[in-house]
Amino acid sequence: MRRFALIFLPYAWLLALFLVPFLIVLKISLSDIATAIPPYTPTLDFSQGWQGIRAFFSALDFENFAFLRTDDLYWKSYVSSLQIAALSTLLTLLVGYPIAYGMANAPDHWRPTLMMLVILPFWTSFLIRVYSWMGILSTEGYLNQVLLKIGVISEPLIILNTPTAVYIGIVYTYLPFMILPIYSALERMDGSLLEAAEDLGCSRIKAFWLITVPLSKSGIIAGCFLVFIPVIGEFVIPSLLGGSQTLMIGKVLWEEFFNNRDWPVASAVAVVLLLILIIPIVLFQRNEQKQREAEE
Amino acid sequence: MAQVVFEPWNDPKAKPLIQFKGVTKRFGEFTAIDNQTFDIYEREFFALLGPSGCGKTTMMRMLAGFEKPTEGKILLAGQDLAPIPPNKRSVNMMFQSYALFPHLSVWENIAFGLKRDGKPKDVIAARVDEMLKLTRLQQFAKRKPHQISGGQRQRVALARSLAKAPKLLLLDEPLGALDAKLRQATQFELMDIQEKTGTTFVIVTHDQEEAMTVASRVAVMDNGRIIQADTPARIYEMPNSVYVADFIGEVTIIPGTARKSGEGYEIAYAEGMTPLYAETETTFDNGETCHIALRPEKVAISAERPEDRRNAVQGKIIDIAYLGNLSTYHVALPNGQMIKAQTANTRRLSRRGFTWEDTVWLSWTDTAAVLLKG
Repeated sequence: MRRFALIFLPYAWLLALFLVPFLIVLKISLSDIATAIPPYTPTLDFSQGWQGIRAFFSALDFENFAFLRTDDLYWKSYVSSLQIAALSTLLTLLVGYPIAYGMANAPDHWRPTLMMLVILPFWTSFLIRVYSWMGILSTEGYLNQVLLKIGVISEPLIILNTPTAVYIGIVYTYLPFMILPIYSALERMDGSLLEAAEDLGCSRIKAFWLITVPLSKSGIIAGCFLVFIPVIGEFVIPSLLGGSQTLMIGKVLWEEFFNNRDWPVASAVAVVLLLILIIPIVLFQRNEQKQREAEE
Repeated sequence: MAQVVFEPWNDPKAKPLIQFKGVTKRFGEFTAIDNQTFDIYEREFFALLGPSGCGKTTMMRMLAGFEKPTEGKILLAGQDLAPIPPNKRSVNMMFQSYALFPHLSVWENIAFGLKRDGKPKDVIAARVDEMLKLTRLQQFAKRKPHQISGGQRQRVALARSLAKAPKLLLLDEPLGALDAKLRQATQFELMDIQEKTGTTFVIVTHDQEEAMTVASRVAVMDNGRIIQADTPARIYEMPNSVYVADFIGEVTIIPGTARKSGEGYEIAYAEGMTPLYAETETTFDNGETCHIALRPEKVAISAERPEDRRNAVQGKIIDIAYLGNLSTYHVALPNGQMIKAQTANTRRLSRRGFTWEDTVWLSWTDTAAVLLKG
């Protein structure tokens, strides 16, 4: 009984805050647009009794999902989101791994400070940090001013409102999610393993590829998913830094909801996005599971 | 056929495999190894023994190539090791933590070094199988290190370091993580494998029993110096200093002054006490301070004064350490000097002759004690 109560609590939490909202969104995605409050039909009317419920279900259909296939904006946005997420995950890995490696090999008394520096940006609002990148990347921004002053460039670079700015923003924002799992994997590694590899005939570089990288694999995978999954649905960064050129599904979703006020189509977009995300989420969970088993 | 005694260190024609020539290693201000010169011969099982921080691990890491001597040279088969990085030396090391690669199977761990040499696949497979057989690990080949026991891991580490058939194998506290019973069994296994492969072993340990058991020669170290390097028997029976005598086994050290008397020396150790007598090859000046080192098992304990022994002292039993097979009696002389005497418990405990507070006679022969300078 007590065990049941213990399990019940987290499940009730999931039910109330995840499953119920999802069902609501799913229901809206099956509805039709209407000029009303809320802006869709049908709505469930219990005063009609059984008749009302039957009428409600018969009014639901997959029209909105069919519509997503007719306009190529949607699938282009999905594909573009996946591409941007994949490339920026790779970039974050390339930037994050050396940082995590440096942290793990730093003297013991430095590590808390370095860790703090990685987490520090979280103490400021995410929105403010993205806005300040606008100040840095704009044509008259700090970056261009500095580069012009030291004479690296003669014309200001146009970075803001291009995909480059989106990548910079994503890599910057999601870097800690990449660094922390890799760092924790590298930190646990026994230093004598590298000496053993060297002793058995490896050069330092070879030992890195044969020992360090495989042993930090679980950290790399965890970090990649922690970046990849939220970036697919990212909305703030592409809309503030990417301008109109960058096509991402998060932005499309926002526009459907607030510009077109087409909640049913927006909901359909959201449901499809969720279905796409389920694949990497399941893979991520499996990686975590495998790692836990390996540690036992 | 006469058994040939393995003593290359006594053969002036023997060529040493490893030569330390005036090797000093400093870490900043700290001198870890202090100007050491010594040789290790082929097929030897050489033990570096000492307390932690004595420099024995530094010595080993210099042989492996992880540290470079600050001064002096280390030669391996006549070749200076200094410019050769660890991955190019025909020296392999078995790490204290074993350092097995957790993501590789037992088989892949053992094959790791062979693969780096770019040997053909069938050669590698044959060699790995040979190693698995030698260490009796055949049925564990496919397991990962975390799926086998501590003793098996130890054997994987040994197999991996032997796989490349190094000229020299270094073992850093190889049995430290094993429990007492398994450790003893493994010691004999190590000796067996060393004999079978004919590899030169250098072992670092702080466990004197382990060093005495496995090694052909033991080097007792302190503060970055080898105090004495000799066979286990000579280290035990003929220590060259109070430090070595005290470090190896149990011993009673009695300070005194020497005076020539017949074949040996009379040692005055306390006023009003009859001097003790010891025969030795070392020469002392009259009145020179010296130390008598007396092993407890060489001291006899009796109720009456033995007639035939020159060294006999009377004292009171203060403590008895019962070890099962042996008992060590701590006997205090009238001047307060403690002497340890050990007897084998050949009779049942209830029949034991002596107990606490008994007054007894301790005696030993003229040659039982070792007389040490300083």
